[in-house]
Amino acid sequence: MSTDRVRVVVTGLGATTPLGGDVASTWSALLAGRTGVASLTEEWVDTLPVKFAARAAVEPTEVLPRPESRRLDRAEQFALIAAREAWQDAGAPKVAPDRLGVVVGSGIGGITTILAAYDVYKEKGWQRLSPFTVPMLMPNGSAGWIGIEIGATAGVHATVSACATGAESIGYAMDMIRSGRADVVVAGGTEAAIHPLNIGSFAAMRAMSTRNDDPAHASRPWDRDRDGFVLGEGAGIIVLESEQHALARGARVYATAAGIGYSGDAHHIAQPEPTGAGLRAVARRVLADAGLTGADIRHVNAHSTSTPAGDVVETIAIRDVIGDHPLVTSTKSMTGHLLGGAGGIESIFTIKALQERVVPPTVNVENLDEGVEVDVVLDQPRPLPQGQIAAINNSFGFGGHNVAVAFTSV
Amino acid sequence: MAVTEQEILAGLGKIINEITGIPAAEVTPEKSFVDDLDIDSLSMVEIAVAAQDEFGVEIPDDQLKHLKTVKDVVNFIQN
Repeated sequence: MSTDRVRVVVTGLGATTPLGGDVASTWSALLAGRTGVASLTEEWVDTLPVKFAARAAVEPTEVLPRPESRRLDRAEQFALIAAREAWQDAGAPKVAPDRLGVVVGSGIGGITTILAAYDVYKEKGWQRLSPFTVPMLMPNGSAGWIGIEIGATAGVHATVSACATGAESIGYAMDMIRSGRADVVVAGGTEAAIHPLNIGSFAAMRAMSTRNDDPAHASRPWDRDRDGFVLGEGAGIIVLESEQHALARGARVYATAAGIGYSGDAHHIAQPEPTGAGLRAVARRVLADAGLTGADIRHVNAHSTSTPAGDVVETIAIRDVIGDHPLVTSTKSMTGHLLGGAGGIESIFTIKALQERVVPPTVNVENLDEGVEVDVVLDQPRPLPQGQIAAINNSFGFGGHNVAVAFTSV
Repeated sequence: MAVTEQEILAGLGKIINEITGIPAAEVTPEKSFVDDLDIDSLSMVEIAVAAQDEFGVEIPDDQLKHLKTVKDVVNFIQN
């Protein structure tokens, strides 16, 4: 590992999730084992096999001024709220615009805008379409708005890799700083996909839990009786910064973004590769990139989503490459699955775990499934040791995208 | 039914406030949409469509680009 490579640190965190409208409220809810999953009250659930989801705890339109929210897709609303929190949390760094970047993506983009606009078009004609329809539906819209707000001219990007989007955005941001393109980058993911078309489509894949009689216990990664993921919404965005830049301005540093790993399954468009070859590869690569060994990793915020197909193989890959010693958790048991937002909020949870030396639990597991041979943190938070430690956030997406981000404590 | 200049101004103020957040009281006749009120071309399209609904007067695109001030729009709707 080259020792003269630019080190990247995390100096700001922002989130709006099914557990809270900011990082602090979300984090305390996670440690308390609370769930953000509840029955949906919309009429359209009557026609669907899935009647619950993890709605954002705070309606974004209650936070944003009305003229602003009406020109933003819901995913963009979440992204702006999270980005503003992260930026303020970082102390609103003074940085030359051409040294400032944005990488914020979404798995699906402005899907609710697309569908609502199509209704307007059919019923009233093109003249009645909002002139903001295109900027609302494009998946790079969030990145664009954030870039305008903070004046980022080094480059504004949006990665798209389904449920790996948020983590991939953070990886791209790390690469921007390491390669010298930027000193500060705002990065993460957002999603607002709770719509009957999406729920129907995921249900058509048989990917979603249908535990309609008990939504609060539906998201149960690694439980023997798990029956699918629970759809969530929200955004998680962080401020990444070269260590030199952060130290020079006396910034509070949460953690080092020590390494990024990527792999592609090249197997199936939606099903996990059953031997976990791609998941082992991404674990090896993130360790190599970070200059860490498996023994250094004390915690993994896992991707596991509560689907029958994916959860166990992830733990096997963790055991094989990293070992059976890290404390492993899936916070999706409480937040549901934020798709493109997942890697954003779960990187924040990984960073908070390192900072506060505590791992939030995985709730709802009644019977740990056969084959899960890692140390899953069940029901109650567990402490992490003091000293220099590392943790990994895994995020995997339809399309066979595997991303892992390694953070180290400061 | 004739609509007075004051009524049009008040209606426009409400529309512009709804779309841009600018207080209706700031929407005065001499104000330029671009230079004074900082309204972009996409928002102008929204304002024109909303004004059409409110006053029943269509503002064609080739006319809209000539309407630089609040008073221009008031006059167009009135005439």
